[in-house]
Formats: sequence, structure tokens, C-alpha cells
Amino acid sequence: MAIAEPATNILDSKIPSGPIQDKWDKCKFDLKLVNPANKRKFNIIVVGTGLAGGSAAATLGELGYNVKSFCIQDSPRRAHSIAAQGGINAAKNYPNDGDSIWRLFYDTVKGGDFRSREANVYRLAQVSNNIIDQCTAQGVPFAREYGGFLMNRSFGGAQVSRTFYCRGQTGQQLLLGAYQALMRQVSTGKVEIFSRREMLDLIVVDGKARGIVTRNLINGEFETHTADAVVLATGGYGNAWYLSTNGNGSNVTAAWRCHKKGAFFANPCFTQIHPTCIPRSGDYQSKLTLMSESLRNDGRVWVPKRKDDSRPPAEIPDSERDYYLERRYPSFGNLAPRDIASRAAKLECDKGHGVNDTGQAVYLDFRDAIARDGEDVIRAKYGNLFHMYKKITGDDPYHVPMQIYPAVHYTMGGLWVDYHLQTTIPGLYALGEANFSDHGANRLGASALMQGLADGYFVIPYTIGDHLARHSFEKIPEDHDACREALENAKGRVNKIMSIGGSRTPNQFHKELGAILWDYVGMERTKAGLETAIENIRGLRSEFWEDLKIVGKNEELNQVLEKAGRVADYMEFAELIATDALNREESCGGHFRQEHQTSENEALRNDDDYAYVAAWEFNGVGEAATLHKEQLEFENVPLATRSYK
Amino acid sequence: MSHETINLTLKIWRQPNAETEGRFEEYQLEGVSTHASFLEMLDILNDELIEQGIEPVAFDHDCREGVCGMCGMMINGQPHGPDLETTTCQLHMRRFEHNDKITIEPWRATAFPIVKDLVVDRSAFDRIITAGGYVSVNTGNAPDANAIPIPRPDQQQAMDSAACIGCGACVAACKNASAMLFTSAKVSHLSSLPHGKSERSERVLKMVAQMDDEKFGSCTNTGECEAACPAGIKLEDIARMNREYLRASLCSSGQ
Repeated sequence: MAIAEPATNILDSKIPSGPIQDKWDKCKFDLKLVNPANKRKFNIIVVGTGLAGGSAAATLGELGYNVKSFCIQDSPRRAHSIAAQGGINAAKNYPNDGDSIWRLFYDTVKGGDFRSREANVYRLAQVSNNIIDQCTAQGVPFAREYGGFLMNRSFGGAQVSRTFYCRGQTGQQLLLGAYQALMRQVSTGKVEIFSRREMLDLIVVDGKARGIVTRNLINGEFETHTADAVVLATGGYGNAWYLSTNGNGSNVTAAWRCHKKGAFFANPCFTQIHPTCIPRSGDYQSKLTLMSESLRNDGRVWVPKRKDDSRPPAEIPDSERDYYLERRYPSFGNLAPRDIASRAAKLECDKGHGVNDTGQAVYLDFRDAIARDGEDVIRAKYGNLFHMYKKITGDDPYHVPMQIYPAVHYTMGGLWVDYHLQTTIPGLYALGEANFSDHGANRLGASALMQGLADGYFVIPYTIGDHLARHSFEKIPEDHDACREALENAKGRVNKIMSIGGSRTPNQFHKELGAILWDYVGMERTKAGLETAIENIRGLRSEFWEDLKIVGKNEELNQVLEKAGRVADYMEFAELIATDALNREESCGGHFRQEHQTSENEALRNDDDYAYVAAWEFNGVGEAATLHKEQLEFENVPLATRSYK
Repeated sequence: MSHETINLTLKIWRQPNAETEGRFEEYQLEGVSTHASFLEMLDILNDELIEQGIEPVAFDHDCREGVCGMCGMMINGQPHGPDLETTTCQLHMRRFEHNDKITIEPWRATAFPIVKDLVVDRSAFDRIITAGGYVSVNTGNAPDANAIPIPRPDQQQAMDSAACIGCGACVAACKNASAMLFTSAKVSHLSSLPHGKSERSERVLKMVAQMDDEKFGSCTNTGECEAACPAGIKLEDIARMNREYLRASLCSSGQ
């Protein structure tokens, strides 16, 4: 495979100098400010209304900027952050169990298998406590002890209790907090909401992001919106695999179109496969439902020791059960991090110990916890999750163990950003899951909510001012060449999709693409498999452009057309995922190359050659992308083999 | 439920847009797995319709795990179908029998105009929240989260009310198309927490005024909303909002 190499390294991560504890303070002091009276002269576009986008738009509005906020759903309150169940981490150390900003930082760098940027992670840990304060003040009803003080629980990859939660609906409550803050700014007139809009292109003028083109999903109108800066908070790309825990609307289109306009895409192969999801039951399946990691506080994961054991679980005595996580990782046990727990489940199923009709499931058993604490205690902790499981599967987890299997859940990769969260296009920022910066090769549980809100409430409101203060912004008329070019680009793509007249639906193509990615770019990857994947993706992409079938027209609500546009982008993007996985000749976090493992099947990193961020530059569809490397320095958390034994 | 797969007759409301009149159409669907969800059943129908060159049925959906509030349709006259505390996406076909006829309609309410087929415009809910459904705290102003203890029963009750997913089933279930359950859930959530108390009078007055402006109907305490709510929001919230409203009307001088 040909990979283009750049002549010189052009990536500037803008990491401030000095001790890691002082970097963010130094950065904030060095940033140029926009004075309060001048803020109203600037217009900012925020795309996406999840935790990152919603909190950013609200906070920028509070500061006095004029904000336009866009979402594809009918209301900003429905962004997919809402589905996060388990909790949000912070270094409050309320339980007095030895937590600190440093420990949260350390756990996150280690959990990410040493492929994240230390400075960003430290800042994340620093602002984590402010998030809990802010959300509490907004009225987020975090769980409390009888004395009225906040409660914590544990999540994978940590030996302290630092996770704050609202039953099994933490994402919902945090998102509603951000949504309410956003609607408050709508009432003041500082934020205008554009719902049911899909971003289809970025407007770039003199090298700077100056606006977006959207399609109004109700009437198909193409709209041009100009501004002085654009903030992308459009989430992850897990749906490239077709089946994932993501909402059906989540997609890569906005990020991918920015990539095609010059924003580098970093580490696209770093994908999190979550270990505890409800297994698939048939071809009609449209999504895989996550069962919160918090269940592993009390549930024990096991498979039958005997291969192809078809006895009901209750009839298998303890001596014939293999609690493989407890056996292999005694100090973390069932709370081993996600990448490790997922791969362990796959290994057991591949060896023939999997349960249910497909052999693609393991048990998550609450028998012992119920015997120890009583059903009422378990119900109080997990009642809504058990209820959800029963609704989907028809089984009652109070009496039979849950069956679970790993599924694509979160994408650590995303648009490359510097310390200011600015992409390689000046004036274009990426926040939350849409960027790559904080989780390395594996994200720890309850850290996605933390990062989304850190970026939106506490980072972008500072850093965006620096860009606005340092440049002059002439008004861009709607008929500016750059606007027209972006508009024609977006329209042309839709027209092309409408005109194919083939025989297969967008959903069918998406399923086929998902199968390629799951088979070859899933939990275990090989050189040969990735080469096959690239070839198959290219083949499927050309079939897509010859044989796609669309009904209806552009000038109306047309969900088939929306879907087709997103699948068209996955067809291009999937090749980059596989290319990145092929390039990375090591195993780390969620990226497991079969060729690179220890004798105990653990991931084998190659720090000498791959301790870098792979930032890809677009050169055209089907053309080799250019690989830019940002070397990662580990000055505070020494590079070490990650062990949870 | 004996069949692994079932055949169905689907009677579905089709309406191209807000301006054009709608009508029911019937479709036959065969061999649907009883393990499929209700929305997956509609996915199967839609893929078959596309192959036949017929426009698929438009419906809103996103998370497909019962929390985003995007999906929602009348299924045999019941919002989100027959199961208690279950959204449309969580309803599974094992709940239906072989050869059943299922009638599917959009939410019906003046305040929720139909956009297309089963898709309605619920932006009225956003405007009710915009009127006052928040705590006025700018980012960076917050004291330590443990500075104000919140008694556990208050937190639990706030959480019960805050669980509303904003789907609109309460409005669809109500013969008056009242939005009292939705509005009262937010009023209850915020007024039961110390941080929300300073604006409680202004909040309830403004939110109720906006609710009336949006042309939602009055509440006559029939309780259909509670029965239909997939998030388990209780009628007590309406009682609590009525008390808040009375208190605000009597005790405040029109703040």
C-alpha cells in the first residue's frame, strides 16, 4: 500500500511549555482576549447539540457571542449523548479513597495505552471537578447519600470510586442540563437553533473556516450560513460498522466533509468495542444496545468450562464455570478496561465456550450479588437497566444471567486538533467525540461525558477568543465564490445520489460495508485481512455509485436520501479506517493486530516506531492519503506495559 | 406467542406533507421475526417498499433504546403501543400475534402539526423550556457540588421528574391534547432542588403561559398521560405544578 509522506512536519500541537500542572493556566494567560463589548460583533457556528456542542453553544452565548446552533434531530435535546448510561468521572475524591487530579490523569493516559497527548489529558482531569459543580448548579440530580452529599461508584480501569451518576441515565441528565442552558440563551436571543439541518460542506475563505452549507431536512433546501468561526461537535463514527450502540442518526458526514476540505483525520482505527452489549439476534437488527459498564461492579462474567455446553446456566455448577476475567486479571477482575474485557470475551467465544444459539455471547451473572445484598439493593442500583434488558430480550436478569457480547461503541479517533482544539483549518474547531485528543487508543468508562463537557464548558470558550482576536474578519457575502463553491459541491453530491437509479437500498449497502469492517477491522485485525478490507471497500463503493436505489425527491423530507448521503461518506471513510489500521504495526488499546501480541494474548505495543498520532491528509477519493506524524512525549507518565493483572 | 415469525397487516397513516390531506394505506408484511423491535419491523417494511419503488413510511427515531424521545406513534390507538413504560423502539414484535392487524398513526394534536406520515413537529416543547425550564447559572459560577446538601428524597423525586424524555406521548394520549404532564415534570424537577428555588415563581408562570400560547388543551385529570408515559412521570407532578402556580400567582407580585 502506498502512503504518501509529507516533505516537512507541519503539525503544531501548541502545547504550552512548563510543568504539566501549569500548562493550562499559562495557555489561558497567553491567549488574546476579546473584550466583552466586542464579543457581540462575532458570529460563531456550532454544529451538533450533544454534550460538547450544547455546552459550547450555551457558554459562548453567555459570553456574548452570536451563536447559530445546528442539529439533525427535531430538537437539540435528542443528541446521542442522551443515551450514555453509567456516569461521569471527576477527581473530587469525595469518597476519601486516594483520588486526585494526578491519579485521574495517570489512569486516563495509561487506560488510553499511551497514545493520547499528556497535556490535553491533564487539562481534562483539572477541569473535571468544575463540571460536577456546574452540572449540580444547573439542577442535574446526581445520586446522593442520605446526608445529602454526592455518591460515587466505580468504573473500569480505576481502583478508586470517582464516577458520579444519575441512576442509569447520566447522559440524559447532563444533556438536559446543557440543553436547558442552551434554551436559556435562546430566550436571551444570543443563540439561534437550526434543527433538522444536516451540515454538508464547510466554507473556507483565505484558508479560514467561515461558514457551512446545510440541507434543511424538511424541505430539502440548501442553505448557506457564514460566521467568523465554526465549531464541530458532531460525535463519532461508530455507525460505519452498521451495527453499533450509536443512535441511528449518528454519522461521520460533517467531519468527513471537513476532512475533504483540509482538516486532518487522526487515528481513525482507534475504535472502542464495548464488552457489555446485548448480543445480536437476527439480520433485521438495526442497533446493538449497551448494558452499562457499571453492571460489572456487581455482575460476574463467565462462560462454561466445557465447550459447546448447552445446559441452562443455573444447571452449571461453579466448578464448571470459568470466571475468566477474575482468573486472568485478579486485581481488576470484572472491572478490567473495555478493550481487554472485549477481547477476552472474543477469545472465549472463538475457543468454543460462547453461549446462546450463535455461540457469540458470554454470561453476566448477578446471582452472587443478589444472594449477598438482596434483590432490593440490586434493583435500586440497576433496576432500569434490568428492565431495559428484559424488554429487549424477554429474559429476566434477576433470575437468569444476562447474555452479553462486545459491540462497536465509541471512536477515540477523530479530527486532529491542537491544544486549543483547533483543526488544521484555522477557525475550525472540533470538540468531544468528533476530535481525537484525550483517550488515546482506548477510552475509560465515564470519561466521554467528562470530555464532551470539558471541551464545551471550559476549553473552547477560552481558546476560540484567541483566534477571533488575532485575525480580522471581513464580512462574507452569500454569493462569495467560496460559498457558491461549497453550495454547488453539496448540491452536486445530492443530485448525483438521486440520479443513479439502481436496485439496492442504502440500508443494504450499509449492512454490507458494516460486515466488511466488522470482519476485518473489528476486534482483531491482520495485515492480510486489512488488505482484503480495502479491496472490498473499493469494490463496494463502485457498486454503490452504480446500483443505489432512491425513491422520492430532494425537495421534501426524504429519509432514504439522508441515509444514502451518510452511507456514501462511510464508503470513502471506511478505506481510511482500514488504511490507518494497516499502517499501525502494533497492538494498542482498541487496535489489536493479531501479529503483535504476547504469549498471553495481551496487546504488544511498539513505542519505538508508533508512539505517534497518525494524522491523515486527504488527497482525493481512492488516492493514497498523506500521513503526518505527531510524536507523543511521555514526560509525566512513564511509558510502561499496561497491566491489570 | 408461538410463532418464531409472524405475518402482519399494517394500516398506516400516509401524508406527504403538512399541506396535503392524509389517508390510511394497508400493507402486508410476512415473516417478521418476533425478536425484532417494532421499528425494525418498520425498517423491513420500508426496505420492501423502496424495492417496489414506493416511498417508505417516514418516522422519527434515533437512539432506539428508549431515552432520546425521538420515536413515537399511535399503535392501535395507544401512544407507543400496548406495554407500560415502553417507547415504540423498545416494543418488540413478540408482543403481537400471527395475522394481527396493526393500525399506526402519528401523534394527533393542534400543537404538533404533521410534517410527513408519522413525523410531527414538537418544537412547541422546546419553546416551553425556553420560556423558563432552566436554572439561570452561567458557566463558571458554580460553588462546590457538595456545598449545598440535597436530602436524598428530594434528589430522588427530582430525578423521577427529570426522567421525562419529551416524546409527546402525554399530549397524544390526552383527549384535550394537554401538555401538563410534560411541563409539570420540568417544573417539579427544578422546584424540588435548592438551586432551582430562586426562580420558581417566575418559571412556573412563564412556562404555563407558553404552554397555553402553543394551543395545548386544558387538563381535566383523566390520567391518560400518566398511563401512556414511557418514562413513568406521575400525575403528582401536575398536582405539584398546580401548587407552584397557585403559590406564584398569590404570593408574588407578578415577577
